[in-house]
Amino acid sequence: MIRTVDLRKRFGKLDVLNGISEHIEQSEKVAIIGPSGSGKSTFLRCLNLLDIPTSGEVWFDGKNITDPRCDADATRRLIGMVFQHFNLFPNMTILENITLAPVRLRLKSKEEADRAALALLERIGLADKANAYSATLSGGQKQRVAIVRALAMEPKLMLFDEPTSALDPELVGEVLDVMKDLAMSGMTMLVITHEMAFARDASDRVIFMDGGLIVEQSSPDVLLSNPRHARTRQFLQRLLQEA
Amino acid sequence: MMETLINSLTRALLRDDRWKMYLQGLELTLMIAAVACAIGIVIGILVASAKVAAQGSGNPVLRALNLLCEAYTTVIRGTPLVVQLLILYSLAAIPNGLTACFIGFGLNSGAYVSEIFRSGIQSVDIGQMEAGRSLGLSRGATMRFIILPQAVKNVLPALFNEFIALVKETSIAGYIAVNELTKMANNIKSRTYDFTPFLLAAAIYLILTFMLTRLQKRIERRFAKSDKDR
Repeated sequence: MIRTVDLRKRFGKLDVLNGISEHIEQSEKVAIIGPSGSGKSTFLRCLNLLDIPTSGEVWFDGKNITDPRCDADATRRLIGMVFQHFNLFPNMTILENITLAPVRLRLKSKEEADRAALALLERIGLADKANAYSATLSGGQKQRVAIVRALAMEPKLMLFDEPTSALDPELVGEVLDVMKDLAMSGMTMLVITHEMAFARDASDRVIFMDGGLIVEQSSPDVLLSNPRHARTRQFLQRLLQEA
Repeated sequence: MMETLINSLTRALLRDDRWKMYLQGLELTLMIAAVACAIGIVIGILVASAKVAAQGSGNPVLRALNLLCEAYTTVIRGTPLVVQLLILYSLAAIPNGLTACFIGFGLNSGAYVSEIFRSGIQSVDIGQMEAGRSLGLSRGATMRFIILPQAVKNVLPALFNEFIALVKETSIAGYIAVNELTKMANNIKSRTYDFTPFLLAAAIYLILTFMLTRLQKRIERRFAKSDKDR
């Protein structure tokens, strides 16, 4: 589905990614964990070209999307992204947030897009908010709308960049529930998360990153309870202490 | 007291149909302000777009364009408007004072408006651009549908400040022999020998700027609909 070859990214003098070669299969759910500054976000953002890699390749759906001749906008239509801070458009209603891209990119008529958006809102229990503005929503509701907004483009791959980190603890569950539903539906998902319960229950594989590299990876059971590397153990221990 | 007031008003307004002179002056004032405002907005958008596009871009054409725009805002903002008008008025290519005013006030306003727009675009959270791009929208489409509507809302107060200042600044057009409102008031004063014509001119400026302020409030209310119940 998506594959990287020796992916490297440098910001000025700072090396953030130091060569990541990884392959994510169709329908696979991969959780990425690691300390802040480990390059998780940059890795994710290189996959949909929000950050342009300094070197290396990203292959998506059999195409080298890091090739400058490849249309980055067309690629991004197929890769949904959910941000830590939701990034809903405050100048539009919830419905307009969801339908903007499909309608402007002429993938759907206004009516079709509205119908699809309402169905999606129904699914997450927010149909009554269709004509509200994002300022009136709670953080959890905003993030659920942000997920649905990405889904309205009917992407093949969904990237989640710490989707619950900015939420009040009691709102985390409703967002994770939507993500679990999505995982069950067979979506290919890459999720940066600090929610170890989610990584354990919903992912097929957990990747631990540090220093711009993948330190180790394996099934959630093995990695979370029996990590091989001292760095991973240290990280998990600190996470447990904080929790 | 009352009699003096009525006397000076009669002299300043009614004798020789002088009220018509204020209207003629007002007409020129409004014309200069409106044309300059339109030119200013167009230049402002173009210059701000160039500056924003050049930001962090290595494209040599954009870099050169950016330098040009920087030079423009630096020179215009760094020299007095009166001097700019006098220079324009001296140029052989410019036929009359009114044309010099259109160009001079337009160029001047453009420099300020471009900075207002640039700051407005930069005031919108970077995450908005990222969200737009992540949905497959181009940079231009994201700008147009997502960034600019929010930027305009943010800069409305600063923009109206600029327009209100512009209306008042047209009063220096008399320097290059344009008979706008202030110049007209001065002409009338040279016959009435008192300051009543200036008081009348001041009242007209105040009414104009007050109406602009009202317009600003109305537009702000319309833009505020997305903040309700915040």
